[in-house]
Amino acid sequence: MYDFAYHRPATVAEAVKLLAADPEAKVISGGMSLIPVLKQRLARPSALIDLGAIPDLVGIAVSATTVTIRGRTTHAAVAASAEVKRAIPALAELASHIGDPQVRNRGTIGGSIAHHDPTADYPAAVLALGATVHTSRRRIAADDFFTGLFATALEPDEIVTAVEFPIPEKAAYVKFPNPASRYAMVGVFVAKGPMGVRVAVTGAGAHGVFRHAAMEEALAKSWSPEALEGITTPAADLNNDIHASREYRAHLVGVMAKRAVAKAG
Amino acid sequence: MPKVSLTVNGKPVTVEVENRTLLVEMLREQLRLTGTHVGCDTSQCGACVVHVNGASVKSCTILAVQCEGAEVLTIEGLASPDGTLHPMQEAFREYHALQCGFCTPGMVMSAIDLVQRNPQGLSDREIREGLEGNLCRCTGYHNIVRAIAAAQVVMHGKAKELPRAAE
Amino acid sequence: MGFEGIGASVRRREDLRFLSGRGTYTDDINRPNQTYAVILRSPHAHARIRAIDTTRARAAPGVLAVFTGADMAADKVGGLPCGWQVKNKDGSPMAEPPHPVLAVGKVRHVGDPVAVVIAETKAEARDAAERITIEWEVLPAAATIEAALQPGAPLVHDDVPGNVCYDWHLGDKAAVEAGFAKAHKVARLELVNNRLIPNAMEPRCAVGEYDPATGDYTLWTTSQNPHVIRLLMGAFVLNIPEHKLRVVAPDVGGGFGSKIYHYAEEAIVTWAAGKLKRPVKWTADRTESFMSDAHGRDHVTHAELALDEHGRFLALRVRTLANMGAYLSTFAPCVPTYLYATLLAGVYTTPAIYAEVKAVFTNTVPVDAYRGAGRPEATFLLERLVDIAALEMGMDRVEIRRRNFIPKDAFPYQTPVALQYDSGDYHRTLDEALQASGWHTFEQRRAEAARRGKLRGIGISTYIEACGIAPSAVVGSLGARAGLYEVANIRVNPTGSITVFTGTHSHGQGHETTFAQLIADRFGVPMSQVEIVHGDTAKVPFGMGTYGSRSLAVGGSAIVKASDKIIAKAKRIAAHLLEASVDDIEFKDGMFRVAGTDRAKSFAEVSLAAYVPHNYPIEELEPGLEETAFYDPKNFTFPAGCHICEVEIDPETGEVEVVNFTAVDDVGRVINPMIVEGQVQGGVAQGIGQALLETCVYDDAGQLLSGSMMDYTMPRADDLPDIRVGTAVTMCTHNPLGVKGCGEVGAIGAPPAVIGAVVDALRDWGVRHIDMPATPQKIWRIIEAGRQRRAAE
Repeated sequence: MYDFAYHRPATVAEAVKLLAADPEAKVISGGMSLIPVLKQRLARPSALIDLGAIPDLVGIAVSATTVTIRGRTTHAAVAASAEVKRAIPALAELASHIGDPQVRNRGTIGGSIAHHDPTADYPAAVLALGATVHTSRRRIAADDFFTGLFATALEPDEIVTAVEFPIPEKAAYVKFPNPASRYAMVGVFVAKGPMGVRVAVTGAGAHGVFRHAAMEEALAKSWSPEALEGITTPAADLNNDIHASREYRAHLVGVMAKRAVAKAG
Repeated sequence: MPKVSLTVNGKPVTVEVENRTLLVEMLREQLRLTGTHVGCDTSQCGACVVHVNGASVKSCTILAVQCEGAEVLTIEGLASPDGTLHPMQEAFREYHALQCGFCTPGMVMSAIDLVQRNPQGLSDREIREGLEGNLCRCTGYHNIVRAIAAAQVVMHGKAKELPRAAE
Repeated sequence: MGFEGIGASVRRREDLRFLSGRGTYTDDINRPNQTYAVILRSPHAHARIRAIDTTRARAAPGVLAVFTGADMAADKVGGLPCGWQVKNKDGSPMAEPPHPVLAVGKVRHVGDPVAVVIAETKAEARDAAERITIEWEVLPAAATIEAALQPGAPLVHDDVPGNVCYDWHLGDKAAVEAGFAKAHKVARLELVNNRLIPNAMEPRCAVGEYDPATGDYTLWTTSQNPHVIRLLMGAFVLNIPEHKLRVVAPDVGGGFGSKIYHYAEEAIVTWAAGKLKRPVKWTADRTESFMSDAHGRDHVTHAELALDEHGRFLALRVRTLANMGAYLSTFAPCVPTYLYATLLAGVYTTPAIYAEVKAVFTNTVPVDAYRGAGRPEATFLLERLVDIAALEMGMDRVEIRRRNFIPKDAFPYQTPVALQYDSGDYHRTLDEALQASGWHTFEQRRAEAARRGKLRGIGISTYIEACGIAPSAVVGSLGARAGLYEVANIRVNPTGSITVFTGTHSHGQGHETTFAQLIADRFGVPMSQVEIVHGDTAKVPFGMGTYGSRSLAVGGSAIVKASDKIIAKAKRIAAHLLEASVDDIEFKDGMFRVAGTDRAKSFAEVSLAAYVPHNYPIEELEPGLEETAFYDPKNFTFPAGCHICEVEIDPETGEVEVVNFTAVDDVGRVINPMIVEGQVQGGVAQGIGQALLETCVYDDAGQLLSGSMMDYTMPRADDLPDIRVGTAVTMCTHNPLGVKGCGEVGAIGAPPAVIGAVVDALRDWGVRHIDMPATPQKIWRIIEAGRQRRAAE
């Protein structure tokens, strides 16, 4: 790791100020993606701005229609939250299978979606549930948030403060993990509710998480695994690596989607 | 040099570190707590697991400076001052859940957190899934699972004595 | 104190330190005034070094020195030696190109060490290493066996034509041809034995130290055999005589073969410590381990088995291409030859066998022995071929094995491939495994799984292996450049406690417990009175180390031999003290007794007399009670057994779950059943890993694609089943303990049982064989192709 300056602001405003003052600085939340990158010397930020001392960024609030998870809430906290389990069980369950227990104890929702690793789980939930990302300066709709591989709509000095999920009628997430890393090789989140019927796929796409229009259309007509029969996923835009070819990933998208619909009930 | 103040195994310490110093580097190199091991550089193997504020974390994936004010528990701090082993340590010995011993400290620290978070008790399958963050190359995990299953009985107060392994 | 002797599952004595964080692994050792080495490695598989500029690195903060291959050459540092010379079919020696410690002129694999930076801290050394600039001339690479054997392929070593290290054979070619000429059927198989990366959990580490006052060097290293390292590094690389070089292998976090070899980094830190007159430490990052620890397996094989009309094996013909990697690692040449082709008889009476092995250099990390070493490759080939033969013959897989087993009254049994098996009962291990696994009720489980939409299959392997490679004279005639005996020194202390110095090394095997049990049993003393010392050339007289499941069979036998010498001498002392004839002295339960009387002296009393020789036969006997024994085995040992695996496949995703695994092994006499079970379970886990998960992948340019645990699938707890282990033993006939060995049986027996189960699960899809690892993608492709075939029909 290259050395860097380290800041531990006490408020979001202070963090934003630090970030705006130094274009080479990076925000660190749980650090579960960033620290491995730094250890491999693949990035050389001038400074790390640690959100770890900002109490406002932690917490879960559930209303009649939404679940709002603040940015620095850990996956373990979401997984263990009785309120989340009641309101959006699929979200709690997704959080309970991110990485491994130690990753879940440190990793945060804000960090996960701001990083937009193409194999991360949360982006699928954010997109499929039509969540709204709250930032230090605005609100961004899920459909506008993820813009490409490791890319989001966030400005350089913008911090994710919370994610607001509408409570769906039905939802489920099923993933096929990469056998080595255990990140999602293919993960499919299906949801039906106020946001309509939405299907988001993570792990498979060469440009990160994406919605599956054909599946959404089919499920809007008939919410059942059988409705997905015969729907294919074009392989051209999918990832290809030593673990899974594009074609295999395309196939798995179909299998995971059917299983997710069955699980959602 | 930046300084970090924290509690390690119940003792307050203040250590000079670089900002880039990892918690595991501080524990091993500066505090000479070499029971916590480094087995990989991609946060996969779990040999470095310690508890920070009661939660198991990979000490290779957290900066020392992030631990300001934290309570850190390592394998060295697990046994009672009189040397009595923690039930999980005892179970690992009784069930031959270690061979070369290198993954063992991280495995034990993860296992304790896993059991503590699941007071309802864990099935063997759940134990296996709960060990996703820890690699062992020697045992094939069979005896690790048996050790954790036995230790949870004692840790949850359902038995005073560790169930003995077969002779 | 409970029963501690032979056969007791004594809890391990080493565990307390490991469980409390008080083990001492090499990286836990820090010497005063220590410096840190970081090695700059080649990013290219094959390239010429046009120029290296270290100026900026030398000027970086904290840097003490930067060395390259030229600096070592100027100091007359030798290359890393190879410990085994295999001969070609025509009797000429194999190609043995030099293996410089730091690359000179050319690099030959990604990870080949090019320069070393030594600095006050590791971070400073690493920072400075990035400031070395190298002008490369990148060359085309030969990244696989096939690529290296193409006409006009890039030459890994300019003076090794065709990249062929050796072209070797074993067996009676004419007899095999005669066997095939009369065959009723021939079973054929092409297979790849997948390349593996050992990944012991402790990364390699080395600390070198030099004492300018005495001229003594010390190396602490993650080694399975410190004496071998001292010999190789001292005599061939650094020219340091043994008496000025101490090698210590403290607690070692797993080896599985990968820590047998003498590695460049050991020589670098030792040599640099002498140059700098300060201790130098190097610790591998896991990423470095992936590209610098010797890999394992990597064969391409074509095999044919001739059968008569009753399914009896008539002849076996095998052609194997074996990858050596870029350089010859310490024992690499013997792995695909004397540890492989000699095992091709398996447990069967095949009368004629002929094997040809071509070893090939490639632009990849050197390949050497990994858990099982040669024997897993032989077993996988043979057991897969037997399954295919059963298919060809329309015979049951169990029946065809039974029909060809070497019967238990045929021992000693001479195979057509050089080995003579001493004992075994293959029907018994088979019967017990069939029973324990519920083989005969499997079809019910298959049907039940089918109702859940799962494809269930069962697989079996009946394997044999050879441990404790020996005797020295024979292996010497086959090209080994070392003896393969073991050494024990037993020091009885004045008050009767016992210190045992063994030349073997424990890195997970529990020798401190098992060997202490042996001593407790032999001398009738409590284990608390016994200390086992290993891993330090300054303490242990000599030793060949631990690999190939040899520790108990060879090292344990040396301990027995030294114990016998101690008891013989102690009896003479006791006879003097008891005023009796030595022939009348019995030694039992720690007491020397005059036969048929109650006159006795305890072991402690006799020990004290040896060191305080006031009343002592000083004219005929020296004082003291300490003996050394070298044990050179008469033969290998031959563990064998039966492994049965059941899998379930999800036909939609291709995922395989191992749902049952049963092993029944004949490991000879069992000293500590708990430890034996653990060894078998660990071996099986690595076998399942090879069969389903692990594989090393290089791209055509020689880049390592499976270069971290993010891409190399290490078995995790939820990948593996409970592993049921049983033993059904016959005694080894030629060592004093009757032991055979248990460290590798799992890695040898498991892979064909797992793949057999996968193939069985997919039997409706027309599959005869699947190469390892049977990943979900591979299985999905098979099923998908089958579906399309069916749709077309």
